[in-house]
Amino acid sequence: MSIAVALVTAVLFGTGSWLMMQRRLTRIIIGIGLLGHGANLLLVSSGGPSGDAPIISGDGVENYSDPLPQALALTAIVITFGVTALLLALGYRSWQITKDDVVEDDVEDRRVLRRSNQDGPESEVDLEDAVPVGPDEDGVNRVVGERGEGDGS
Amino acid sequence: MTAILITHALLGALLVLLGDRIDRRGFLVAALAPLVSLIWIGSNASSIIDGDVHSWSYDWIPRLGLTIDLRVDALSLVMLLLVAGIGILVCAYSYRYFSASKPALGRLSGLLTLFAGSMTGLVVSDHLLTLFVFWELTSVTSYLLIGNDDRNPRARDAATSAILITGSGGLVLLAGLALLGGQLGTYRISEIVTSIPVGSVSWVAVVLILIGAFTKSAQFPFSTWLPGAMVAPTPISTYLHAATMVKAGVYLVARLAPALADVSVWRPIVFAVGSITMVFGGWRALRQVDLKLLLAHGTVSQLGLMMIVVGTGHYSMAQAGIVLLLAHGIFKAALFMVVGIVDHQTGTRDVRRLTRLGPGWRAIEVTTVLAAASMAGVPPALGFIAKEKILAGTIDGSFAGAQTLTVVIALGSVLTFAYSARFVLGVFGRLTSHEGGDAIASADPPRMSLSAPAILLGVLALAIGVVPQVIDSLARAATQALHPSSTPKDVELWAGLNTALFVSAGVIAVGCLLAICRTSVARLQKRVHDVIEPLPSGDSTFWWIVAAVLRFAKRTTHVVQSGSLPVYVMVIMGVATAGTAIPAVSSYDNFPEWIDSPTQLAPLSFIVIAAIGATRVKRRISAALLLGAVGYGMAGLYVLNGAPDLALTQFAIETLATVLFVLVLRVLPQDFDSGQRSPTRRSMMPSFRLLISAAVGAGIFIFALVAAEARESVPAVSVSEEMLERSVPDAHGSNVVNVILVDFRGMDTLGEITVLAVAALGTAALARSAGRRRTAGNSRTDVVLRSEVLDTITRLLFASIALLAVYFLFTGHNQPGGGFVGGLTVAAAISLRYVAGGVEAVRRSVRIPANVVLGGGLSISLATAFIPLALGGTVLEHAVFTWDAPLLGTIKTTSALFFDTGVFLVVVGLVLMAIEAFGGEPESDEEKPNSRFLVGETT
Repeated sequence: MSIAVALVTAVLFGTGSWLMMQRRLTRIIIGIGLLGHGANLLLVSSGGPSGDAPIISGDGVENYSDPLPQALALTAIVITFGVTALLLALGYRSWQITKDDVVEDDVEDRRVLRRSNQDGPESEVDLEDAVPVGPDEDGVNRVVGERGEGDGS
Repeated sequence: MTAILITHALLGALLVLLGDRIDRRGFLVAALAPLVSLIWIGSNASSIIDGDVHSWSYDWIPRLGLTIDLRVDALSLVMLLLVAGIGILVCAYSYRYFSASKPALGRLSGLLTLFAGSMTGLVVSDHLLTLFVFWELTSVTSYLLIGNDDRNPRARDAATSAILITGSGGLVLLAGLALLGGQLGTYRISEIVTSIPVGSVSWVAVVLILIGAFTKSAQFPFSTWLPGAMVAPTPISTYLHAATMVKAGVYLVARLAPALADVSVWRPIVFAVGSITMVFGGWRALRQVDLKLLLAHGTVSQLGLMMIVVGTGHYSMAQAGIVLLLAHGIFKAALFMVVGIVDHQTGTRDVRRLTRLGPGWRAIEVTTVLAAASMAGVPPALGFIAKEKILAGTIDGSFAGAQTLTVVIALGSVLTFAYSARFVLGVFGRLTSHEGGDAIASADPPRMSLSAPAILLGVLALAIGVVPQVIDSLARAATQALHPSSTPKDVELWAGLNTALFVSAGVIAVGCLLAICRTSVARLQKRVHDVIEPLPSGDSTFWWIVAAVLRFAKRTTHVVQSGSLPVYVMVIMGVATAGTAIPAVSSYDNFPEWIDSPTQLAPLSFIVIAAIGATRVKRRISAALLLGAVGYGMAGLYVLNGAPDLALTQFAIETLATVLFVLVLRVLPQDFDSGQRSPTRRSMMPSFRLLISAAVGAGIFIFALVAAEARESVPAVSVSEEMLERSVPDAHGSNVVNVILVDFRGMDTLGEITVLAVAALGTAALARSAGRRRTAGNSRTDVVLRSEVLDTITRLLFASIALLAVYFLFTGHNQPGGGFVGGLTVAAAISLRYVAGGVEAVRRSVRIPANVVLGGGLSISLATAFIPLALGGTVLEHAVFTWDAPLLGTIKTTSALFFDTGVFLVVVGLVLMAIEAFGGEPESDEEKPNSRFLVGETT
């Protein structure tokens, strides 16, 4: 692979991930598209130097470009299209519901975060429950109590 | 042997399943399991004592070398005798202990049986990993038994504490056992002990194994869980926490000591931990006012003693340890049963409330005295013989630290005597002056059937002491099982006038003194504890650690689980880059050319400009078009790279994707930032985002160069070359890419079109559920003006493009084309019809519903793939057809064409569904921004 192709691959990955790290679903979809192009380019160009189209027209197998990465890339292109269609449907739906295509923070994650910010007993009943109350000396002495022991006969 | 284990498992499972439907009679059923064990022991004991070994093996996971090896020698027999003998007595005792009206004892009795089975398995395992499995099973059943009363928070705490300590100890043990087995090359205990030189065992393995054993046998500093476990019903405590389970660690140490005691760290650790445990356990037992807790701390102390004794790795000490194991099992079970009886009849175990009990209690009092005498080491009880042997072993011992141990054991024995006396006085109600008003005035004596098991054990504690010959041959055989070439002395009550006897006498004398001066002793203990009270205790330290772990988990969650998708993507990207680029950079040593050919420069720079533009533009539609431009640039590059199929596919896909983008984006605002709502949280600082993106780019740059180099350096005959060579002769196609898709890698394609079908269904479902919310009759379809000219032209074009698509499909096997390209071409024609005439025009030109096209395509491909299977071939095996068609001449084709037709139809179906989903006229939502979707759903 030449430096130029590697650089273009790098640009596609860089711009793709830049877009994916944003909150607008449209940008994320376009980012995934760019990333997909980068991945296909990487696949095809790592298949070795370019050559004739792999359509057999003789006996030898020389000078053909590698067909296997091409088949893989073809698959990838079509799959990326399917993913794009699905993500566009998500954006469409997001617009129907919220009038926007912003990817908000995950509600469940935010709830977990809020819970871990509070230290009150209500916020994490099941966690605090495991810790016994009071600095008693050991598990069972709490029942009988050891303090008044000095009054033995 | 296996029959015993299976009996335990089945009976236990049955009882647990019966659960609520069985009362205390469950314990009678449960007694069957130890009865089976006892019968087995009875019929095999004499041969095992004579030196026979019963073994059984089963290949569990042969490929991992995992076998289940069971082996019963005399030492296992001793443990089996304890497990089964005390097991059956505990079952009988439980039957009377729980009242007839108490329901739902199936779970408790079932778990007890399962525990007994696990313990049986543990003591007969000859494979380190089999032993570990049973070890963990005892931990789990013990956890369930302690926490049986799950509405009691103290029971839950105690169970949590027990499972955390013994469970994590079990994991440490597993690490140690794996290390040991790996270093010695065998996991069989019998081989490790007898034939393998253990010089290669590292101290790490030894320390890990010892830690595991210490947690199980409640050694310092892991002893805190055992007193806590006393919240379990007393019969359970009798069995698990006095007679059997806590001895598992001692048993393991005894098993391995002959082999591992010479590893340098073994004895110092065992002696130090055992000594601390013994002395401190005794000290704490002496302070307790709860009889059961007194016994619990006493058990900790005794376990410390046993650990020292069996850990020595010397045959005379091993014999002493075996006698002590038996003696302790008998007297401690008896004493626990006594506590249970007292508690059962009086309702308290508090020595400050107990008074002198009535005349019906004589038998219990005698039992208490006998068992306590054995515990204290008073002749002629069995405990005395054990202690004599131990002291004789340390006094004559040739190992390092033997004399120090004599002193420690003597000190521990003094404390043991003192707390034994305290227990007896407590049961007799003589410990306090009873000036308080809450003393127990009187209590009914227990029924004989309740006290019988305890009395039997008490009598045994004395009788075996008087006639030690009954266990002599067993103890000798068990000792020789550990040390085959040894000749242990007899187990005898009178071993002659020796130093050990004098030490014993001294211990008893000082012990008596402590018992007489108990008030002063209590005062001294109180004074010491007033000083050390503020220090953290074992239990509070344990819970502090638990709380600290939970705090740490919360903080980690706080940092890691922010809920922000950009942050998650950033982490994924960062890790992926670091994970690929850093290994790649170290393996790169060849500088490549700058560019393959100058013609590449045009598409490459076009791609770069479009890609950077897509990140900069403000308008959504511009970004989508620039993405399309990148795609066309890619297609151009594929043409130059000798990949016509890819280029065709890319062109078609890019056209379709742009149409879809336009369909969806027309309902969204023009600009990215003009949405009605702005993000509630600011996304990450742009500079940070830029940094990560740049890192991803740089990492991919390096990775791409290295990956390409790796590909170029493979030998000449590669997978691809073989595909090129075999394409025409084997698959009858000269377009190798297409042959790979439909034939060589046809299974992948089948998977892929399934994914496409799923994506299409998902798209349709999402869009349709959105569509249902629309208000009916608000469509503006009629308003839009259509151009007749355009409509007519597209009708003509549609037919010719469709013909081209079919051509692509049929020739794809030999020329650029194929199912994907053909399907996408039809799809492009369909979208052209859509642009001219809307969804109605599409419906008119393709009469078959989209889902039928999609499902039909998938079915055809699946059928092509699997019909050969029915005809005796393999999946996706293709047949060749040749026929003479009029006009066209001879046509030669393979059944791969049908497969490709399925692919073709799936692609067409996907696009049809997407156009159906998004292609309807956009609603006039823009005109009423506060439509009802907004209300209540935006939070």
